[in-house]
Amino acid sequence: MKPTDIRDPEFFHRVIDCQYACPAHTPVPEYIRLIAQGRYDEAYLINWESNVFPGVLGRTCDRPCEPACRRGRVDEEPVAICRLKRVAADYRNEERIRARLPKAHRRKNGKKVALVGAGPASLTVARDLAPLGYELHLFDDQAKAGGFMRSQIPAFRLPEEVLDTEVGYILELGVVTHFKRYVESLRELLEADYDAIFVGTGAPRGRDLKNLPGRKEADPYVHIGIEWLASVAFGHVESIAKRVIVLGGGNTAMDCCRTARRLGGEDVKVIVRSPFAEMKASPWEKEDAMNEGIPIIDNHVPKEFVVENGRLVGMRFEKVRAVYDDEGRRSLVPTGEPPAFYPCDEVIIAIGQENAFPWIERDVGVVFDKWGLPVLDKETFQSTNPKVFFGGDAAFGPANIITAVAHGHQAAISIHLFLSGRSVHDRPPPQVNLVSQKMGIHEWSYDNEVDDDDRYRVPHADLEVALRDRRVEVELGFDPATAYREAERCLNCDVQTVFTAERCIECDACVDICPTDCINFVEDEEDEAALRKKLRAPADNLDQPLYVGGPLKTGRIMVKDENVCLHCGLCAERCPTAAWDMQKFLYNVTKAAPLCSL
Amino acid sequence: MTYIRPNFRHPALPRNELGYTRRDYEGALSTLCAGCGHDSVSGAIIQACFELAIPPHRVGKLSGIGCSSKTPTYFLGRSHGFNTVHGRMPSVATGAALANRELVYIGVSGDGDTASIGLGQFAHVIRRNLDMLYIVENNGCYGLTKGQDSATADVGSASKKGVPNPYPPIDLCAMALDLGATFVARSFSGDKRQLVPLIKAGIAHRGFAFIDVISPCVTFNNTPQSTKSYDYVREHLASTGTLDFVPVRQEITADYEAGYTEEVTLHDGSVIHLYKEPDLDVHDRHAALRAIREHKEAGRILTGLLYVDPDSADLHEVLQTVKTPLRDLTAKELCPGSRALDAINASKR
Repeated sequence: MKPTDIRDPEFFHRVIDCQYACPAHTPVPEYIRLIAQGRYDEAYLINWESNVFPGVLGRTCDRPCEPACRRGRVDEEPVAICRLKRVAADYRNEERIRARLPKAHRRKNGKKVALVGAGPASLTVARDLAPLGYELHLFDDQAKAGGFMRSQIPAFRLPEEVLDTEVGYILELGVVTHFKRYVESLRELLEADYDAIFVGTGAPRGRDLKNLPGRKEADPYVHIGIEWLASVAFGHVESIAKRVIVLGGGNTAMDCCRTARRLGGEDVKVIVRSPFAEMKASPWEKEDAMNEGIPIIDNHVPKEFVVENGRLVGMRFEKVRAVYDDEGRRSLVPTGEPPAFYPCDEVIIAIGQENAFPWIERDVGVVFDKWGLPVLDKETFQSTNPKVFFGGDAAFGPANIITAVAHGHQAAISIHLFLSGRSVHDRPPPQVNLVSQKMGIHEWSYDNEVDDDDRYRVPHADLEVALRDRRVEVELGFDPATAYREAERCLNCDVQTVFTAERCIECDACVDICPTDCINFVEDEEDEAALRKKLRAPADNLDQPLYVGGPLKTGRIMVKDENVCLHCGLCAERCPTAAWDMQKFLYNVTKAAPLCSL
Repeated sequence: MTYIRPNFRHPALPRNELGYTRRDYEGALSTLCAGCGHDSVSGAIIQACFELAIPPHRVGKLSGIGCSSKTPTYFLGRSHGFNTVHGRMPSVATGAALANRELVYIGVSGDGDTASIGLGQFAHVIRRNLDMLYIVENNGCYGLTKGQDSATADVGSASKKGVPNPYPPIDLCAMALDLGATFVARSFSGDKRQLVPLIKAGIAHRGFAFIDVISPCVTFNNTPQSTKSYDYVREHLASTGTLDFVPVRQEITADYEAGYTEEVTLHDGSVIHLYKEPDLDVHDRHAALRAIREHKEAGRILTGLLYVDPDSADLHEVLQTVKTPLRDLTAKELCPGSRALDAINASKR
C-alpha cells in the first residue's frame, strides 16, 4: 500500500465526519469547542461564514452531520450538533456580532448581478459577492426575503424574528431589493444591463393528486401543502376544520399536520403510502408530530376523495405492504384487505414538490433536460448560457437549506471568476491549517478527555401552550450549562493523529494504549481489502479511510483504521519519540471574498 | 492533563469462549514512561490470557519491586495480585501455589529483582519446579533509580550516562537451564507475534516456565551504545523459529499455518507447533546452552523457545500435596483427631 498522503487536504477532511457530511462543510468541532468555552460570538461567526443562517439552521437543518457523527458509532447517539449551533445563535451578543460583520463595499466595482428568488441560495450569493463591490439586485414575488425559509417553515419551529435578523445581515450589505415583483421573463433580465444572473427560485410547485377520483369535486376542501403553509405564514389562512388528513411522509407533511393542530384541527392524521421507517421525514420531526397527538398511518395508498352532497366527508385508501426485489427495490403490493375509509373535513396534500420555470423562455440559451431541470456544470453551477447561474432547489431539484447555501457559495465564486474574466473552472483550493496541540507531556490545547454522557434532550414548551398559538416556539433550546455538557460529548475529530514514520521505533506503546484498537503494525499488503483483514479489530466500515504510514525499520507498515478513533490523544501521550502528534486540522471552504475577522 | 482512559471501546471487538473481550483483561492505565517495553509485555499477557479464555479471577499475579514489578497493576485488573518485598516474589508465589493450586500463577520480575537482590530466591524456585510462569522484563538497567547498569547488562554496553559497563552479565536463560528449569524461552517486547504464543505455552506448561523478555528502557537504556535498545535488539535478533500454541480444547482448524517441523504436547494436552530448523532440539538442555553461547559469541541474541520438558514432576507432585485448596479444607480434614495421630505415630515406631 502507498503511504497516505496527508498533504492532500481531503484525507483529514474525510476524518472529520460531521464537516465532511455537511454540504457547506462547516467546521463543526471547531465551533463546538468555542461553545464549550462560552465563546458564542466566535462560534456564531464560524457558522455564519460557512452556512450564513446559523439561527435558522440551528432550528431547521436536515442535519446530515448527525448521522455521520463518529460518536454515533461508539455511543448510542451522535452529538446534538444542530441544537448546539442554535446555542451559538441564542447566546451571541448582537452588538458585538454586528461590529464584526462585513460592511457594504464603499466603492462599487461596476458590475451588476440580478438574483431571482430571495431564498437561501440567492441570499448566500448576495452575501458572498456584496463585500467585493458588486451591485446586487434581489427579486422576489413576496414582500420579504427568505423564500421557503419564510413561507414553508412554520413559526413554531422558526420564529420570524430569527429569520428577519439573519436575512437583515445580508440585505444591509447594500443589496437592492425588488420585492412583490414576479420576474416574468428571463429574456427581459438578459436584455437589461445585468452582467450575470443567478436563479434561485427553488422548487415552487407542490405535487397534486389530479387524477384521483373525487379530486375535482373535493377541491374546496383540498389544499396543496406548500401553498397552504405559505398562506398561513402570510396570514391569509387562520383556521382549518376539525378533522384533517395530511397526505405525505416528508418534512412538509409534518409541518402541515402540526400547523393544522394549531389552527383548530382536533383530529389530525398523517396518512402515508410507505412504511413508517421509510418515510422521508427526519425521525425527530415525526417524533415531534406524534408528541402532539398526531397519528401517522403508514402503508395506505390514497384511492378516492369521498364527496357527499358537495361536501368532502372522507378518503378511501388501499392497504399495502412493501415488497423488495433482489436489488432492494421497493414495490407496494396491495394486501387484498377491503379499502379503509377515514372521515375528514379537509385534506392537505404534501407529497412532494417540483421545479417549474415558466418564466424562462426556451430560446435564451438556457438548455433544460428531460426532467425539466437546467443543464448545469455540477461544480460551477453555470448554465448553458454563460451569464446565467443556478443554485438551491432550482439547480438539481428539491433538497434543503444547507444544500442551497453550499450551492450559493460555489455560484458566487463562479460569478466572481466569470466577471473577472477568469475561467470558472479555476476553483480556489480550500483554506487549511494543521497545527500541533501539544502543551506538555499529558497536556493538549484541546480537552481530550472523552465524556461518557448520553445525548441531552432539548426542552420543549408545554404542549397545551404550544398548540394554542402557531407562533409559540416548541423547542426552547439548551441552556448554557446543558449546552456545555452536550458540547463536551464532541470527540474533536478535527484534532488529527498525525504519524511521522521516520520517528517511529515500533515500541507498540500506541497499539497497547489505544482504547478502540485503531492502530496496527503489520506486514504490507498489495491491496486495501487484504490489509483490512489483518487488523486487530474488525475494519469493515469501508466509508472510513485507512491511514497508512511507513515502511518502518522492520519493513512493516503502520495502519490506522480511522473508523472509531476517539481522538483522545493517548497514542501521542504514549509515544516516546513524538512519532504521533495531535494536530488540529482546520478546513474552510474558500468563499468568493474574505468575510469577517475570526 | 489526563491519565484517564476513555471508556468507549471498539464496538465489534472479538469475544473469547467466556464471552469476554480483550478489554476485560486490561488493568489500570500504566504510569511507566511512554514507550516502555514493559507495557508491551503487559499487552502480550493480556492478549495471551484473552486468547486462552482464562477466567480473570482464576489468575494470581505476583511481582517484586521495580518498574517491571509495577506492571501487574496494568494488566488483568480483575485478578488477584501480590506485590512482594524486593526479590522475594518466588517465596510468596511458592506459598500461594501451595495454598491454592487451582489458580494460574504469573510472576513478573525485572533484571534487578531477579538477577541481583532476588538471585537466591530465583535459583530455588527453579530447583523446586514450582508450577508458574515467571517473566523477567529485562532492560539491563535499574530504571526506577535512574538507570544504573544491572547484572544483565553486557560488557561494554553503555546506558544514557555513557560509561561502558565493565562487568560480565548474568544470562538468566542459561542459569535457568543449568538449574533444571523445565521450560525456558527468550523473547523481545517488540515482537508480540513470538511473545504471545510463548506466554500461552508457558501458562499451559506444568512446572516452572521461564521467559526472559528483553524489554528496552526508553528513558535510560535506549542509546546507540546499549545492547538492550530497540534498534540493537532488532538488528541482532536471532530466533529458534516461530511457534503456535494450540490449546487443548480448541479444534485444530486452518487458522494455524501448516508446515511445522515439530509438535510438542504439553502435560494438559495442549500442543506447541514449532516452525524451526530440524536439527535444533528443544528437548536437549545441553544443546540449548550451547546454542545460547554460540549466538552470544557471534553477537546475536537467540530468542524463541529454547528448552521444554513437558513431563517433569512439579513441586506439588514431589511433595504429594493435597489437591484441594487449603481454604476449602474443613477442620475435620485438617485436625483428624487423636486416633489419626496415634496411627501416624505408630507407623514411625
